Amino acid sequence: MPNMSLKKNEMPSQAPDVRNKNFLEVALGYTEEQAVDEANRCLHCKNAPCVGGCPVAIDIPAFIDKVKERDFEGAYQVIARQSSLPAVCGRVCPQETQCEGKCVRGIKGEPVAIGRLERFVADWHNSHSTEAPQRPAPNGHKVAVIGSGPSGLTCAGDLVKKGYDVTVFEALHLAGGVLVYGIPEFRLPKAIVQKEIDGLKALGCKVETNMVIGKVLSIDELFEQGFESVFIGSGAGLPRFMRIPGENLKGVYSANEFLTRVNLMKAYKEGADTPIERAKKVAVVGGGNVAMDAARCAKRLGAEEVYIVYRRSEVELPARREEVEHAKEEGIIFKLLCNPVQILPDENKLVGGIECVEMELGEPDESGRRRPVAKEGSEFVLDVDCVIMAIGTSPNPLIKSTTAGLETQKWGGIIADEETGRTSREGVYAGGDAVTGAATVILAMGAGKKAATAIDQYIQGKNS
Amino acid sequence: MYKIVKKEVLNPTVTRMEIDAPLVAKKAQPGQFIILRVDDEGERIPLTVADYDREKGTVTIIFQIVGATTEKLNHLEEGECLQDFVGPLGTPSHTDGLHKVAVIGGGVGCAIAYPIAKKLHQQGATVHSVVGFRNTDLVILQEEFEAVSDKLVIMTDDGSSGRKGLVTDALKELIESGEQYDEVIAIGPLVMMKFVSALTKNYGIKTVVSMNPIMIDGTGMCGGCRLTVGGETKFACVDGPDFDGHLVDFDEAIERSSMYRDFEKQAREETCNLFAKEVQ
Repeated sequence: MPNMSLKKNEMPSQAPDVRNKNFLEVALGYTEEQAVDEANRCLHCKNAPCVGGCPVAIDIPAFIDKVKERDFEGAYQVIARQSSLPAVCGRVCPQETQCEGKCVRGIKGEPVAIGRLERFVADWHNSHSTEAPQRPAPNGHKVAVIGSGPSGLTCAGDLVKKGYDVTVFEALHLAGGVLVYGIPEFRLPKAIVQKEIDGLKALGCKVETNMVIGKVLSIDELFEQGFESVFIGSGAGLPRFMRIPGENLKGVYSANEFLTRVNLMKAYKEGADTPIERAKKVAVVGGGNVAMDAARCAKRLGAEEVYIVYRRSEVELPARREEVEHAKEEGIIFKLLCNPVQILPDENKLVGGIECVEMELGEPDESGRRRPVAKEGSEFVLDVDCVIMAIGTSPNPLIKSTTAGLETQKWGGIIADEETGRTSREGVYAGGDAVTGAATVILAMGAGKKAATAIDQYIQGKNS
Repeated sequence: MYKIVKKEVLNPTVTRMEIDAPLVAKKAQPGQFIILRVDDEGERIPLTVADYDREKGTVTIIFQIVGATTEKLNHLEEGECLQDFVGPLGTPSHTDGLHKVAVIGGGVGCAIAYPIAKKLHQQGATVHSVVGFRNTDLVILQEEFEAVSDKLVIMTDDGSSGRKGLVTDALKELIESGEQYDEVIAIGPLVMMKFVSALTKNYGIKTVVSMNPIMIDGTGMCGGCRLTVGGETKFACVDGPDFDGHLVDFDEAIERSSMYRDFEKQAREETCNLFAKEVQ
């Protein structure tokens, strides 16, 4: 008999007024009992709509079934067939618009907590499994992967398992891409990312850090070195700014800079070599996951007041529902329907305030969302000493500008076939934010996965 | 890990190191920079490439001890290793088609000006170098500059070496005496570059400056190195570090560079105390 409770098992978490002062993980994870109880809420629908909502098509009912049977390792094996980063996805996927959004239980009540179960299974595996991974038999073909974020790691993982000799090139000193420089410790502990990367290395995947492809080596040189195919997963690295007065004042950060200082460089720790401003009042401009991350980091660094300034209304916030809820619980103040006009200096040319204008929603624009329009004469000043711009990023031009024949969109995204990741250059595949512009971890993983299949077919076809 | 092949003290606050980094050495060009980390806990700091040897596979850096990281770096000896060394980053300096150039270096900025003077000299251009220091103890690369310059003027604040005065005084004299330059290349403290640019603007001589703002990743990701050039926001790491000196908003750049000054000062003192304790 299934568990017919209309509510998900609640996620055990650190209390809001405790966690907003530390960088430890917010959610603590289900116990075995909670996981089994939650798994029993699954009705095992024949057509399994949840699977259709998953960008990598994990066999969700099958893994949940294993959880019910308390065969947690078995559940992990089901997930691992499709996903190489389950401990990551269980934490950062926007489940409400994917698997859980399609769950039949969600029609009346809350959907099955698929994300929380995935996380439970992955964590269980990581703390219980002692089996050394089996190195696949090498097939003698070399593939280069540029970027060690979600798309690159997924692509590399799938290819290594097929026997390819894979080298991942990372520009920074640490592998993981946005998983280490962007997403904060309290949402995705870095030890988990490191574990996934160590797992890949154990399978024989090479990871070379400090390699800025396009500068130290070009894609053409990678081919000359014997790589038969190249996957570009270089992400959407360049921060956007609003081009409003005062944006270059001291105390204005891009979210990338702020988060990189905090996460990658560990500026939140006492005695870190990398400095960060410990502001008292912070405005974060934007409404996505990155904005929530920046706001919550600022709070944890000791800010008394942290605002999210977003030009649309609450329903349009692009962030995961859970991140918005968590941010609110932690005391982040939402200034919705509100857009910055200029950033004001204080007498020392530091940020002294941010002037905003109130907005109202008009007709839908090309994105389908109602266009925000400024209300004349509604300008007001928020008293802040730090502003963080989290209004999106665009692809890094370093590879495009050094690779002849690689076609890109006007805005910089690499043009790649949606099903295969194939680009305009033979043997070169691309996926993730470098193709789509800023999106989610799981979409990037899906693209890395498809590209791995296509690269395998390309190399096998060439050599048959 | 990247081994320190050679270490040389140029003056009490400036050190030259040759680093084993074959891939970077293969591609490096004058005007480009690298980012390094001293140890696993260290911050990332950008330093301009001072020289490179493609055959030996080494890259030379010259740095002034200003903060905790350069203090730590200076405590490393030959044979020891840097944790990280990434590059070459940024766009190389443009030297094509230049026949006569005034190269202006200030303090440790001379370390960056030198490879450009050398490249210009090698391509057959006439090079007039004007280098400025606070005093004679701080003079660096004098022989190197002499070897690649058709004319070398050394300026010191107190006249203890060369002539007393600022680099702008010497440059102004050269221009007034009828020297006609295709371009002036100025590399040094922001204030020096600001005043060189202001001077040459009067004479309508194209001037290139090398900006060295605060940055983290060096690949365009953080935007911390942004500056205003001709009214537009540019990223020094990918759009530069060379920019048209007549278009750079120096006052803004000077402000931005002071962002972490107090932190730097404190961090350096703490690091020095740490080293002092080790010695005891």
